[in-house]
Amino acid sequence: MSGTADVIIVGGGIMGASAAFFLRRHGKSVILLERDLVGQAASGTNFGNVRRQGRYLHQLSLSNRALDIWTRLPGLIGEDCEFVQRGHLRVCYTDEQAGKLETYARDARDYGLDLEMMSGNALRARFPYLGRELVAGCFDPQGGHANPRLTAPAIARAAMRAGAQVEEGAEVVGIARGSEDFVVEVRNRAIFRAPVLLVTAGAWGGKLSAQFGEPVPIQIHGPQMAVTEPLPYRMGPSFGVSTSHVFETVYFRQVERGNVVIGGGTRGPASNDTNRAAVLPENILGQMEQLRRVIPGIAAASIIRVWSGVESYFPDDIPVMGPSATTPGLYYAFGFCGAGFQIGPGVGDVMAELIATGATTTPIAPYSISRFAVTRGPSAAQISKRR
Amino acid sequence: MADPRLIIVGAGPAGVRAAETLVAAGLRPVVIDESGAAGGQIYRRQPAGFSRTYEVLYGSDAPKARALHAGFDVLRDRVDYRPDSLAWNLRDKLLHVARAGVSTALPFDALILATGATDRLLPIRGWNLPGCYSLGGAQIALKAQACSIGARPVFVGTGPLLYLVASQYLKAGVAVAGILDTAPVAASIRAIPDLAVRPGLMARGILLQAKLRMAGVPIEHGVHPLAIEGKDEAMAVLYRTTSGAERRIACDAVGIGFHLRSETQLADLAGCDFLFDRSTGHWAPRTDGECRTSQAGIYTAGDGARILGGDAAEASGRLAAMAALADLGWPVDRAAMATLKRDLRRFDRFRRGLATAFPWPADLARQVEDDIIVCRCEAVTAGQLREAAGAKNAPELNRAKALSRVGMGRCQGRYCSSAAAEILAAARAADLADVGRLRGQAPVKPLSLATVVEAEA
Repeated sequence: MSGTADVIIVGGGIMGASAAFFLRRHGKSVILLERDLVGQAASGTNFGNVRRQGRYLHQLSLSNRALDIWTRLPGLIGEDCEFVQRGHLRVCYTDEQAGKLETYARDARDYGLDLEMMSGNALRARFPYLGRELVAGCFDPQGGHANPRLTAPAIARAAMRAGAQVEEGAEVVGIARGSEDFVVEVRNRAIFRAPVLLVTAGAWGGKLSAQFGEPVPIQIHGPQMAVTEPLPYRMGPSFGVSTSHVFETVYFRQVERGNVVIGGGTRGPASNDTNRAAVLPENILGQMEQLRRVIPGIAAASIIRVWSGVESYFPDDIPVMGPSATTPGLYYAFGFCGAGFQIGPGVGDVMAELIATGATTTPIAPYSISRFAVTRGPSAAQISKRR
Repeated sequence: MADPRLIIVGAGPAGVRAAETLVAAGLRPVVIDESGAAGGQIYRRQPAGFSRTYEVLYGSDAPKARALHAGFDVLRDRVDYRPDSLAWNLRDKLLHVARAGVSTALPFDALILATGATDRLLPIRGWNLPGCYSLGGAQIALKAQACSIGARPVFVGTGPLLYLVASQYLKAGVAVAGILDTAPVAASIRAIPDLAVRPGLMARGILLQAKLRMAGVPIEHGVHPLAIEGKDEAMAVLYRTTSGAERRIACDAVGIGFHLRSETQLADLAGCDFLFDRSTGHWAPRTDGECRTSQAGIYTAGDGARILGGDAAEASGRLAAMAALADLGWPVDRAAMATLKRDLRRFDRFRRGLATAFPWPADLARQVEDDIIVCRCEAVTAGQLREAAGAKNAPELNRAKALSRVGMGRCQGRYCSSAAAEILAAARAADLADVGRLRGQAPVKPLSLATVVEAEA
């Protein structure tokens, strides 16, 4: 087995796996190094929302590119990863928030999103299980959801079938920039070399970028997820509450097997040293209270499991994506701020295009790591404005 | 200084004796009981309005049951007893307990986990048909509700419970259609040196089998269960004898069990280290011989720590309470602790004897055919699990769970993970210990979405 390739990717989440897959389609040889197992951290533990609605407008081109890949997944990788395109609905409790949804729907039209504003009564006529407190909603018929546990591993297997070398249990302990190649040292393994290095290491990305003189203000948190026992299948779309209050954010979707997956609210503690993330009991109880406001009848069901994962955030709530500002041949795509799952395949496609051709047709300038070189970015208070 | 806050989870023999020990030291522990009345599974009390005597309910264990119930009843006003309560989560030295739809966070200085055991099962073709029960479930139906699982039940599996439940059914007037034990006779003989450390119990086991035979109940040893047959419900058990012949016993219900497994979810949530026990293929919280886990202030006792049975549970409940007291700086009777530890060593030798006499039939699990459901909660077949192990390259149980859903349902792997680990290890040609164990996740049992947080006092 060769230790050299055109590109080494460090980090086997949905970003790294997708980049490996699309680099192979550009004819590049690829080695993907994953410390544990592919898709185990943020990529495998998130909510599974395949939504464009609610993303920053500057991210919608990327999101559209990703959605196109999602709809073609079976043809591309041979599996659908349980992706169902039955819509994504954002609902709210106040007229003020409804106004924000309406403004967003209008602005997003420029990016090809056809969002439908709905009154409270229209919501309940169409989704009769929704609660009386809701005053409005905004529906994206092209939204949907998928199974995060399956997705990154499936994409990585497709990349392997296409010729990528995927190394699991490969912990990178040192990276040096030689005269021609990056020399990547893996614990208890061979040295790997390539002229191009792509860092898709999620919560661990900051440790690597710092080695190249590009420290980033990365923060580590864990989503608070829960799932019910299987219930009769009734809900097609994925749902989310749009609010400026973190405690009110709750989102949920029903998988075809019948279980309702629930997330949202205050995040929990996580660590990129222990690689573990915790679910706080009080967060789950708070989530239940909020869920009962949106869908009161759910109170008759029980949750059977909770989980979390190690996610990374930046104070300005957008990822790092693009070339290094200090080191030729070095590229980054990490820190997706709890919103990376839907765009994941698109990120891989864009990074592969950028590496293979030197440019990308999808704008990613706002995500340059150089934004942290001058200032530390916007204040941490802005992080709460998402969703 | 305020008294230390002690919580005991479970009110079976271990929990009750732990409570008694703490009360004797002048403390008032909280006792969390999932049941409505103390006694645990082994000495489960019948519901109000039932009038069977102790002798009818508990047979030769009647004096022990009576003593345990009486022992707790006198404590009743001296402990903070919380029946019908589920300890659903544990984090940061707070135990989260749900009762009647309200969740309360209880702080503690010491926590004794006396959480008991559930049935250890493995998949047999047809085991998900209506009419199939676990041995423990069959026993609860009889003890609590005076109900039989059927008019002509067959009991399949291995372990002492197989014969105990069958004889309890017989005594209740049920026509037991047969007992199919996967353990060969030779195994019992090999176990005699270890079993002889508790001669009374060994004799009782032999007597149970003799009585069942005398009553005309067919007992077959060393069987290979092939299928539970029936279209819409269990109607017969097909099996292969040691000589290779295929036989069939007609029935209308099947009780299945391959001994017991510890309920370790809270110890797992507490972050306790676990150790693999090769003799049983079980993972259990690592303890120091005085019931201390690797986490300060967390103790395990009874079958929730290790499957040693009711008598040992009483001893380890006392020992755990004494260890907790000692750690909190209270005076304890060291000689009494030494005696309890000696007793427990004897009980543990007997346990090893039982593991020899009634071995876990790992091969049965490993040979389960691809189309058979392993995980009943999530309807995952052996074939899907093997695909996760093979084509999808899952090296250990949690990854296999992520890729196949095995153990992901409402029982959280209680009833499938033993077999799933065997199937995964076989598919990977790996050591059983190396495929690991399912990480515990809250809630310990399903938690209603209607649950509210207790208002601030």
